[in-house]
Amino acid sequence: MSAPLVHDPSGFRLPDPQRRALQWSMFIAIVAMFAGVAHGFAQALSYAGINILQSFPGLRSYYQGLTVHGVTNALVLTFAFSNGFLPMLTARALSRPLNTFLVRATFGAMAAGVALAGYAMLANKASVLYTFYAPLQAHWTFYLGLVLVVVSTWLAALNMFLTLGAWRKEHKSERIPLLAYISVVSYAMWFLASLPVAVSILGFLLPWSLGLLERVDPLLNRTLFWFTAHAIVYAWLLPAYVSWYALIPKQVGGKLVSDALTRGAFIMFLLLSIPTGFHHQYTDPGISTTMKAFHALLTFGVFYPSLATAFSVTACLEMGGRARGGKGLLGWITKLPWGDPSVSAQLLAMLTFVLGGITGLINASYTMNQVVHNTAWIPGHFHMTVGSAVYLTIIGVTYWAVPYLTGKKLWAPKLAVAQSWIYAIGLLIFARGLISGGLQGMPRRTFIAEATYEAAGWKLAGALTGIGGTTMTVGMLIFFLIMAMTWLTVKKDGAPVDIPVSESLTTPATTGWERKMDNIWVWVIIAVALILVAYGPFFLTYSVNLVSPGFKLY
Amino acid sequence: MKVHVYEKAFLWVGAALLVAIGGTLTYTTLAMGIHLPGHVMQVDPAQVRTLPPFDNPGVRQVGENRYEAVILGSAWQFQPNEIRVPVGAEVTFVATSTDVLHGFVIERTRLNMMLIPGQVAKNSYTFTERGEHLIICHEYCGAGHHVMYGKVIVE
Repeated sequence: MSAPLVHDPSGFRLPDPQRRALQWSMFIAIVAMFAGVAHGFAQALSYAGINILQSFPGLRSYYQGLTVHGVTNALVLTFAFSNGFLPMLTARALSRPLNTFLVRATFGAMAAGVALAGYAMLANKASVLYTFYAPLQAHWTFYLGLVLVVVSTWLAALNMFLTLGAWRKEHKSERIPLLAYISVVSYAMWFLASLPVAVSILGFLLPWSLGLLERVDPLLNRTLFWFTAHAIVYAWLLPAYVSWYALIPKQVGGKLVSDALTRGAFIMFLLLSIPTGFHHQYTDPGISTTMKAFHALLTFGVFYPSLATAFSVTACLEMGGRARGGKGLLGWITKLPWGDPSVSAQLLAMLTFVLGGITGLINASYTMNQVVHNTAWIPGHFHMTVGSAVYLTIIGVTYWAVPYLTGKKLWAPKLAVAQSWIYAIGLLIFARGLISGGLQGMPRRTFIAEATYEAAGWKLAGALTGIGGTTMTVGMLIFFLIMAMTWLTVKKDGAPVDIPVSESLTTPATTGWERKMDNIWVWVIIAVALILVAYGPFFLTYSVNLVSPGFKLY
Repeated sequence: MKVHVYEKAFLWVGAALLVAIGGTLTYTTLAMGIHLPGHVMQVDPAQVRTLPPFDNPGVRQVGENRYEAVILGSAWQFQPNEIRVPVGAEVTFVATSTDVLHGFVIERTRLNMMLIPGQVAKNSYTFTERGEHLIICHEYCGAGHHVMYGKVIVE
């Protein structure tokens, strides 16, 4: 028996103006990716002791490039992609169009935000990295640009909420189709999570950069940043999980294992992604160790739905592999459709993410965090999460979504399969370099090629980082080639006409407590309550210390 | 809601693993005395050089085999940038920043703190072997970030 994850499995086509706007959102994502990759290459070589910065016209410093790398990859690519992907899936799941004005406004806010922040970064007026810790001060256009990027995600979220609300009015007794549910919950979580950083920028940093506020409190703004920025990691990751839960089963010939457990996992992410931010501040002064320990506990909690995801996704893959003739304990793995570039990229995303998850547990481990905090270990870790699970899933989704949105078949699909392997292998070498460097004290966010100090073991670690980073860059150049050729040279013909949506093995219950899972607002209120418990004591007892004027040391 | 027996087993094993890790971490901090920096006090970074203990940065003995190292971070140096302590000494580092965020990690130890203007960071470490350790600024602090370092010499 199986049940659809969407309202109408027979198919639904988005209106053309909406398709075009979503397509342009994808385009911004890929352009951002290109800028991010170019600078990433220079940074990987820096670890190997090679300085190629002079080959970048107009670049004033390593840290200017590093700012571009972080902002474009972590903030622009991820959200430009999700702003297109999640509303598109919501519309498909409910078989009803989005609000065209909001689709366009989402794109407009994102484009304006990228233009403003891009100007500030290119003019070297915002070399403050993507974390923009005060009191390093950026030009106001940088902060305003980031605000607009966040506003674009709010508009996308609003569009999804309105579309879901309208659907529910007409289908009062029905369960929310699973695909819509997990897409909406992902952005509901992000909407909540984005509020603290909005307070930080609008309440402090933007007026401060305009001269309206003389001094800010560095710890307060750092805390507001991490209040948002652990959850931001889940805002990047959940769209990938949406693909793994709801689309990948269809692509490999399996089925989603459990409707209720999938909804449950996303509820856990909604509840636990946000009240965990102090685990990024274990080594900060000014925050009590009791609060840090409490956040450590909740961080282990948010690992749990990822464990459940690991089981569900592997089970659906096994089902698919066996349906395709796989035998024995592991024989099903080789029978998976590795020749489909969308699948191979996402299978490699999952495999590399195992290491990302394990290293993440180590980061979260309270006392042990002191061994790795702010060393090269950290970028080693997050390149195996956002740089693999998220990046490779975005790549894998793009391999069907760009053909779906443009009506053009993917150019050179075999090359696309090779692309994902080259990137993933490069990534593992790269991360191995950074991880070992970090364990030997090598700092992150540092121009190692020109550093005036060095310790034992860094040479080998840096060389591996450089070799791996170069391999990743080759993989990404192939990706950009495939995208450019698909967009520019392929004729409109033979592209997939529908999104690959899976079916579920279980039907969502229409009676009993499971229906309560669909009351998303109730879960949002519980999430807020948990956030108040986790952050309330800090903010209630903290005395604001407005001591820092702006510094422009770049 | 039916949950497959394998999935149940997997989730229970996962939960047990997380509880075991949590227990180990509790042991490291409560029984082994490994602590994180916590709340100490607030200061004004513009005035901090004139106020004790930061008006006199450096190492001083505060008890039998116990030392206090007072260190200021500013773009792009530590003051003092080299400290000497005897082997076996338990050193309490008290540090802050006079300008932007800086990092303070002593390589090949677990001593790792953020220096945040307005806040005093404090943590202790016992050096059990002779040798040199780099003190590295591991938070981006501007164009000269990669030249900001110091040394602990254990003699």
